[in-house]
Amino acid sequence: MRLQDPQNTVSFTFDGQRYRGVPGEPVAAALLAAGVRLVARSFKYHRPRGIMSAGSEEQNALVTVGRGPQADPNVRATVLEVSEGLEVFSQNAWPSLKHDAMAVNDLMSPFLGAGFYYKTFMWPKPFWEKLYEPVIRRAAGLGGLSGKANEDRYEKAFAFCDVLIIGAGPAGLMAALTAGRAGADVILADEDTAMGGRLLREVEDVDGQPGPDWAAETIAALSAMDNVRLMTRTTVTGAHDQGTYGALERIAGPRRAGKPLECFWRIVAKRSILCAGALERPIAFPNNDRPGIMMASAVRSYVNRWNVAPGKAMTIFGNNDDAHRTARDLVAAGVKVAALIDCRDDVQVDGDFPVYTGAQVVATKGRHALERITISHAGGTRDIRTDCLAMSGGWNPTVHLTCHMNGRPIWQADIASFVPTPGNVPGMVTAGACNGAFSTAACLKEGAEVAAEVATGLGLKPKVTVPAADDSAYRISPLWAVPGQGRKWIDFQNDVHVKDIKLAAQENFRSVEHMKRYTTQGMAPDQGKSSNVVALAVLADATGRGIPETGTTTFRPPFVPVAIAAMGAGSQGKGFAPERLTTSHRASVARGAPMIEAGLWYRPSYFPQQGETHWRQSCDREVRYVRNAVGVCDVSTLGKIDIQGPGAAALLDFVYTNTFSTLKVGRTRYGLMLREDGHVMDDGTTARLGEQHYVMTTTTAAAGQVMRHLEFTLQVLRPDLNARIMSVTEQWAQFAVAGPRSRDLLNSVLDDQIVDADWPFMACGAVDVAGVQGRLFRISFSGEHAYELAVPARYGDSLFRLLTAQAESYGGGAYGMEALNVLRIEKGFITHAEIHGRTTAFDIGMDRMISRKKDCIGQTAAARPGLIDDDREQLVGLKAVGAVKQLTAGAHLFAQDAAPERVNGQGYTTSVAYSPTLQTGLALGFLKRGSARHGEVVRMVDHLRQIEAMVEVCDPVFFDPEGGRARG
Amino acid sequence: MRITCPNCGERDRREFYYQGDALALTRPAPDAGPHAWDDYLHNRDNPAGDTRDLWFHEAGCGAWIVVSRNTVTHAIDDTHLAATVKR
Ligand SMILES: [Zn+2]
Repeated sequence: MRLQDPQNTVSFTFDGQRYRGVPGEPVAAALLAAGVRLVARSFKYHRPRGIMSAGSEEQNALVTVGRGPQADPNVRATVLEVSEGLEVFSQNAWPSLKHDAMAVNDLMSPFLGAGFYYKTFMWPKPFWEKLYEPVIRRAAGLGGLSGKANEDRYEKAFAFCDVLIIGAGPAGLMAALTAGRAGADVILADEDTAMGGRLLREVEDVDGQPGPDWAAETIAALSAMDNVRLMTRTTVTGAHDQGTYGALERIAGPRRAGKPLECFWRIVAKRSILCAGALERPIAFPNNDRPGIMMASAVRSYVNRWNVAPGKAMTIFGNNDDAHRTARDLVAAGVKVAALIDCRDDVQVDGDFPVYTGAQVVATKGRHALERITISHAGGTRDIRTDCLAMSGGWNPTVHLTCHMNGRPIWQADIASFVPTPGNVPGMVTAGACNGAFSTAACLKEGAEVAAEVATGLGLKPKVTVPAADDSAYRISPLWAVPGQGRKWIDFQNDVHVKDIKLAAQENFRSVEHMKRYTTQGMAPDQGKSSNVVALAVLADATGRGIPETGTTTFRPPFVPVAIAAMGAGSQGKGFAPERLTTSHRASVARGAPMIEAGLWYRPSYFPQQGETHWRQSCDREVRYVRNAVGVCDVSTLGKIDIQGPGAAALLDFVYTNTFSTLKVGRTRYGLMLREDGHVMDDGTTARLGEQHYVMTTTTAAAGQVMRHLEFTLQVLRPDLNARIMSVTEQWAQFAVAGPRSRDLLNSVLDDQIVDADWPFMACGAVDVAGVQGRLFRISFSGEHAYELAVPARYGDSLFRLLTAQAESYGGGAYGMEALNVLRIEKGFITHAEIHGRTTAFDIGMDRMISRKKDCIGQTAAARPGLIDDDREQLVGLKAVGAVKQLTAGAHLFAQDAAPERVNGQGYTTSVAYSPTLQTGLALGFLKRGSARHGEVVRMVDHLRQIEAMVEVCDPVFFDPEGGRARG
Repeated sequence: MRITCPNCGERDRREFYYQGDALALTRPAPDAGPHAWDDYLHNRDNPAGDTRDLWFHEAGCGAWIVVSRNTVTHAIDDTHLAATVKR
């Protein structure tokens, strides 16, 4: 029921039913205004549940927003803002919220108590995965996801400040005002839609004016300060190392396509002030979970802030003076108060409503909503008709963030709750209700004083002025659980009640952490925010210990549930794997080449031509280009590292197994690089462009790793070497020009003709291409007479087009990765398929490349007996010799007569190709004692693809073993 | 977590690549023997408390940094350029 007619309303739906609400008010307020009581079914027992709170701690009113891929489950209706056209759905109920078939669970509850999984579903074992778990998962649960990709946008952002103030109630506002006026760079964050905290809820004066007015004035003053940033709808979710805080911002305003829903902030603060307030805790009395039973402070929020009366005949049940405000405010708003029930004997309450002291609520009635309560007091029991019961078991300071770095809070008996231990989070101080200071006056004072200390610590000169405000004392007498028939709920979100916790204690799960796991107390999305202290008290009682000895469970981030999509914003799809495109990308795509991933790079697989129906046709043709005429291939993705300085040669001698200081200027050499543990890291060619200037090539895959390794070598191992390195991979576009006609092709594009006498195999130097200064390397990864021509990347596109056009005129053309792979397998050249991290120089037949004349990384470890054992698997070539010609990579090798089982494994294949040159299937692989077994026939078995072939072991160099084609 | 790069100042942990124990700085001589090399390559302490390790400011200036920190409190005591520590 609305206490005032709103001026402007919009329409939204709940389970298809249309309702009107005020834009920006919580959906919970609009539903209560419309008299909707039943909004959810509980997690385990499918009990009818209603709205319980007015904030992010809500345990019951979890709803799904939107539908299809946009559906957002487990949104708290107390936080969700009303907007035009908003679609809200209840969860965990079928066929409907009112007639939920799974409510049968509630009747079975005697069998479904804590630990029932462990006791009931132990046997037979296979039933767990196939039967029990799926059934239980379907029955218990919250909202579901669509299973489709979420199309919603999320953002991430970073912020830095001197002081982060968490919570903008009276303490936070005063802290911001004090620190802001002193000149500190302040961020004030609050999870509510408006700042003011309890001032928006309570009827109190601050500085002689109504609380909300004072809050508005203060916010206006803060907004006017350039050094203060105000963040509403922003929940600080975690306190992390070195002053880093996570924060989740719900973006204001209605959902719109393309507009981000949430933003995940990482805020770095020199200091922080926690002003997170306190959460009211429920009382565990029998059937305290009926829709219509809510927190007393929530009732005041709905009445005072949202002008909605959550019931027509209200009752209040509490154990502290604060609860009494509720009755006073309801009367002032013209709502009937049917009874105020206080468990304490010695309290004085004035008001025009029935008051029962020394009384407790012992029973409640009402199937889908509260209708009646029974109280017990000195005069006996009495039934009271009521549709809304406001309960208050006292207040728990919101200490969570102070515990995120493994700290524990301390028990404070006079408020019967835990308060933060100072210094738990370096740089964080606490003020106000989260510190156990519950009156508004105390909050204002602590906020100002703590902020002044922080500002002084930052070298500023703050002034403290504190406005006058309510300073009434908070008197409480602990009341955790009320005796009586029926379940007394503690964790409403996870359906844990008093008996579950007693059962845990009885079965010797006495440690609070064990009790938590046994009962699931505090495990729900709300992480037991409201329920933990009550649960601890019940456990303490059941185990005969005090609450401080019982201790708390660990509070971990995040303080509120955070969608993975928000935390990982920007890291989906291309944000997760950015695309690196070569300069020839557009030309390759224009030729219809399928692009394949090579790390983050995209490279052409092959270049199809008209009439070709299978990739192998294209690949074979491209191989023939290179073997018979000339082919062009973009090799820019290979890592290129520029190395300069007087120590450049010594650096290379130290990172490569072979020697580069002896390399002549204008020459290139193949180099092998080991890890310090003696295994092969990478290989490639390095050219000496000048006395103190080299350019190293790495494989595409290892470019980053090698760069890091070189820096490591220079800075950590050999800072004595005076050399500098720089990745120039993206600065140069580089193309392989390979085949018998490669020199002719180059001479058709270079400004000056080249001749073999000046450009022998492995030569390198500067050349001009159409007036552009480039670099030419006479190196070959195909075994043919070949070059690689590099130009500054901005000329890459035009050079690729020029080279391929010229190649076509010589009967050749562009070739892709498939052909490149065939060409290198025919020659036995290795890639990371072979040097996969477990192979040594010995394994690939290159142990003689480890120079003994100098030290190098990996030299000592590579000489360990186990790494040069003749029994190791060594690189071999394999040729299909049986009926089956298809060889597969990753297949295992066995002796001909041995059973193809693991124990008989002799090795494996790493790379395969069909060689159009040799017209047979080829493979590279590793075989035990392989180099001594050339000529032997072994069996290749691919268990996965069910392929078996007979293969002949041979030298890995299948084609032109003398290498005359490349040198000639 | 934030690490102070001696060149760049305090930066987010994600800018850094983590290598491991700073004993990598003390590479044994080639003839130091198998035990010294085994320790260097494989054997690591796992302290609850103070530790020194190597981080690479890969998304920053490219400096290798020796970080002294506490594995229990996560406090970072100091950071130095590996190249200067070595000298
Ligand atoms: Zn740096």
